[in-house]
Amino acid sequence: MKLMWFHLMPYTELPDDFRDTNPSVWVDIHSKLFDPKRAHHMYNDFMDELEYAAQCGFDAVCVNEHHSNGYGLMPSPNLIASALARRTTDTAICVMGNSLALYNPPTRVAEEFAMIDVISGGRLIAGFPVGTPMDTCYAYGTNPSQLRSRYLEAHDLVMRAWQEKDTFAFNGRYNQQRYVNIWPRPIQRPHPPIWIPGGGSVETWQWCAEMDYVYCYLSYYGYKAGQALMDGFWNEMSRLGKDRNPYRAGFLQFVGVGESRQHAFDLYSEAAEYFYGRCLHVDPRWATPPGYVTEATQAAGIKSQIQQAAGAGAIGSTTGTRFAAVAREMDAIVDRGYVIIGSPDEVTEQLREVARSLNVGHLMLLLQFGNMGKELCRYNTKLFADKVLPNMKDLFGEWEDRWWPQPIGAAQRAEVPAFLPKLAAE
Amino acid sequence: MSEPETTTMDINGFPTRVWRKGSGPRLGFLAGFGGLPRWVPFLDALAAQRTVIVPSLPGFPGGDRGHGVLDTHLDWLLAVRAILDQAGLTGADLAGSSVGASLAAEMAAVWPASVRKLALIAPFGLFEEKDPPTDPWAQRADAVPGLMCADPEIWKALKAMPEGANSIEWPIEQTRAAEAAARIFWPLGNTRLEKRLPLIAAPTLLLWGTQDRIMPTSYAERFRAAIKGETEVRMIDGAGHLAELDQPHAVAEAILGWTA
Repeated sequence: MKLMWFHLMPYTELPDDFRDTNPSVWVDIHSKLFDPKRAHHMYNDFMDELEYAAQCGFDAVCVNEHHSNGYGLMPSPNLIASALARRTTDTAICVMGNSLALYNPPTRVAEEFAMIDVISGGRLIAGFPVGTPMDTCYAYGTNPSQLRSRYLEAHDLVMRAWQEKDTFAFNGRYNQQRYVNIWPRPIQRPHPPIWIPGGGSVETWQWCAEMDYVYCYLSYYGYKAGQALMDGFWNEMSRLGKDRNPYRAGFLQFVGVGESRQHAFDLYSEAAEYFYGRCLHVDPRWATPPGYVTEATQAAGIKSQIQQAAGAGAIGSTTGTRFAAVAREMDAIVDRGYVIIGSPDEVTEQLREVARSLNVGHLMLLLQFGNMGKELCRYNTKLFADKVLPNMKDLFGEWEDRWWPQPIGAAQRAEVPAFLPKLAAE
Repeated sequence: MSEPETTTMDINGFPTRVWRKGSGPRLGFLAGFGGLPRWVPFLDALAAQRTVIVPSLPGFPGGDRGHGVLDTHLDWLLAVRAILDQAGLTGADLAGSSVGASLAAEMAAVWPASVRKLALIAPFGLFEEKDPPTDPWAQRADAVPGLMCADPEIWKALKAMPEGANSIEWPIEQTRAAEAAARIFWPLGNTRLEKRLPLIAAPTLLLWGTQDRIMPTSYAERFRAAIKGETEVRMIDGAGHLAELDQPHAVAEAILGWTA
């Protein structure tokens, strides 16, 4: 199986009373909380951490896109990915991803992803999220009534831009471009692997099945909350006659490794409580722009609300509504499975069970979260890489991962000059 | 309060509801934010003296999913023009509220012969940076009734599911109404209507609730100053954004007087 190292790049110095004195971590978070000189160190630490994860042997490093967000400092994940393309050699670079409807023209995504693919020698995983309501409708002002149709059209434009050999005219409903002809073209043919992060909408599952894309459930609520949803995904795959190849799916999980469960509990409590307490503090008025949730998904949600007792396992239909019911103290965070903690053996055992029960071949791990500092992050990453990762790799060996990057051979790759100025001093 | 006559017309392939009631010269009404999921006392007050004709707008209650094919502002204007034509309102007096008022103003501006006299209740369409409208789409659900009406209970009653209604379809239809308004007016409510207001030659009555918490009352003067035809501004005490719901008789009386 594949073990991927994911960074959200949270601002690590939100004040202790953030929750009580600020309406939201997203959209209208106040600029006075952002210190660019401190953020200079945060960005550089985060990029060090991603490079370190690649050195430690993770299969991929992952970045994503958020706007006006105190827990996600990557409005442009492509900038980070291009830097990673130069400082890593064999690790896949997963950009999870670019919210297609936000780019005008969306051809920009085809170009930038092609650049990353070419610079990295064909190591890009191209993620295409619709994007959250906060990012798309509020921070970027996209019309919620057109967001999904714009997203689908932009997808078609990007795919054609990557694959058509001749200059073409794109005559879309929202995008018209007389001369589409991107330079550079991606190394991976016919195109880099496409992964789709999504919530629980059946339409997204069906689309992934139809297009043969990877579906990723990027939840902050761990494997317990994710089980029902992933069961739904696999049931739908069976209904559509697709196999249960676990590489059709990706799943995000927070993990903290220590010498023992108690040691890990003590080590990671502060960072976890920072994330679940401060980073997920989102004003509910940003939760549901009308039209963002399709009518079919609204109907499914209303039906399940009628069937379930109120609150029992309901996780809400958008990112914003899910945030309201979140656990914020370490006991509950661990009990509910948001963060898996323990000794390397305990973590291995839990993660093997998670991978098997969710049937997920691409596990995206958050080993830095909240205000976790660089030293603890390195410790967590290293311990995981040395003691957990090797004991996971055999899982799903019987399946082929048809959705993994196909880089050019090592002999064909450019030699990147060493840039390790601190190494001699260490 | 008796029920109106209901007919259905085809607009861009979508069944679109038209209510008719009363007798006398025709008077059209285009509903505001949220639309009209049920008949309201304000329409009865108009029907007491006039043939009141109330076509639904695309995507609003009674307008099916017609908003989904309208991508540009021109698409919207042509759809509303077709609605007025088919509902028999061409050349009649026209009133509108909120989002409906904005479209009524567009009709009078772009097709001057299509509207005799105009009455606009707190129209959308303008945006003044120093005095912005409230964002109706970024609100906690429990805040919306108090933003739409001076008396929140009136909005709640308008939107409450009637006995026997489909418990899945009804809430989706109310969300769709907010989406349809978003489709025209997202994100600021600014359709550059100010460029077309000088084309309005029809005598225009501007009505505004003194407690409008969506559209600042100062916008009444902006509309008045920009419209070419005769204008009059009248403030409605005890009314919020949807003044016709808070004060049905005062608003109806003003419109009936203006269009008499």
